[in-house]
Amino acid sequence: MSAEGTLTTTGYIQHHLTNLAVCADSAKIDGVCSGFWTVHLDTLLVSGVLGLVVFGLMALLAGKATSGVPAGGQNFVEMVVGLVDQQVRDTFHGKSALVTPLAITIFVWVFVMNAMDLIPVDFLPTAIQVATGDSHLPFKFVPTTDPNLTFAMSITVFFIALFMGLKVKGFGHFMHEVFAVPFGLKLAPVNFLFRVVEEIARPISLSLRLFGNMYAGEMVFILIALLGLYQLPLALPWALFHILIITLQAFVFMMLTIVYMSMAAESH
Amino acid sequence: MNINATLIGQAIWFGLFIWITMKYVWPPLQKAMADRQVLIADGLAAAERGKHEQELAAKRAADALREAKEKSADLVAQAERRAQQIVEEAKGAAKLEADKVVAGAKAEIDQEVERAKQQLRERVSELAVAGAEKILRKEINASAHADMLIALKQDL
Repeated sequence: MSAEGTLTTTGYIQHHLTNLAVCADSAKIDGVCSGFWTVHLDTLLVSGVLGLVVFGLMALLAGKATSGVPAGGQNFVEMVVGLVDQQVRDTFHGKSALVTPLAITIFVWVFVMNAMDLIPVDFLPTAIQVATGDSHLPFKFVPTTDPNLTFAMSITVFFIALFMGLKVKGFGHFMHEVFAVPFGLKLAPVNFLFRVVEEIARPISLSLRLFGNMYAGEMVFILIALLGLYQLPLALPWALFHILIITLQAFVFMMLTIVYMSMAAESH
Repeated sequence: MNINATLIGQAIWFGLFIWITMKYVWPPLQKAMADRQVLIADGLAAAERGKHEQELAAKRAADALREAKEKSADLVAQAERRAQQIVEEAKGAAKLEADKVVAGAKAEIDQEVERAKQQLRERVSELAVAGAEKILRKEINASAHADMLIALKQDL
């Protein structure tokens, strides 16, 4: 908690749920960035640095991979990649060089970003505040609690699925599916409406599921942190339980992406 | 919950990481894992082959051993026969030699006996003649009876 004794509970919670927003001065409304042309610097930095470190490390280990007995890091990376690849093989029956790397990226990236939740809520924000000398600087360290990130991912997945459907089925077949399934060509507008609702519901549910779970988990951590000394026996069990949520949400996001890809690549 | 330009930045990060995984993480790992699968399959096949070969070799070794045993038994029997034969031959040769030696000795003895007899005869006739001479010197003329004495000597 901040050194100032005047900080209220509401203020503390709000401070922890505020992103470090940056925008041009002309976009500010009452001195606060709130327009579209605002960037959450904390989300971008944390997710980018985590991704660069993790995928850089994986690329390094993969570059040194041998077909002999795998040791240490290679073994670990192969285990994770093998797990994801098995899920892809079980679910996605088409041929695509993109689906497995996409699933690996989602699982690993979402997992490490979610795992930031396990660092006690005040450690890193306080460190940043001390480093910058600004004791009011907001900084959220769990990028997946920012809907911008989850929506960016789910919308990207949506477009990849769309292009995959077009590529695999061809334009004619794809359009036929959009307008003639499931009720036949006579009810083309209804079919189209159904399809649009289905397609839009997917990225929204995909991103809100991850965001909601992580946001709620973070909220519980913040509330526990408010209990003073009593947080000690509570934070650990919740962190242990949260490990489950972190892994599960990363897995669910990956799994649903694979399912959407396979739905896009296969005919109804 | 405010959606803003962070969305675009995150999409760019996401795309970059997909690209890294697609280009630098997945292909080498996939290749390594596929190669290892082939390696393991080959290894198992080689082990199976080795086992089979080992069985064959064991069978061959047993065959060779049995053959060698038979051969050695044959050789021993042959050697025994040959030894018997050699002993028999040696026995025969020894007997022959002994017979020869005995026969030679006998002949020599006979010769010696004959010679002794001859000598004895000569001595006896000389003695007889000497005795007769001594007797006859007194009674007869030696020259008158010489023919008779020579004839007697020859008879003896």
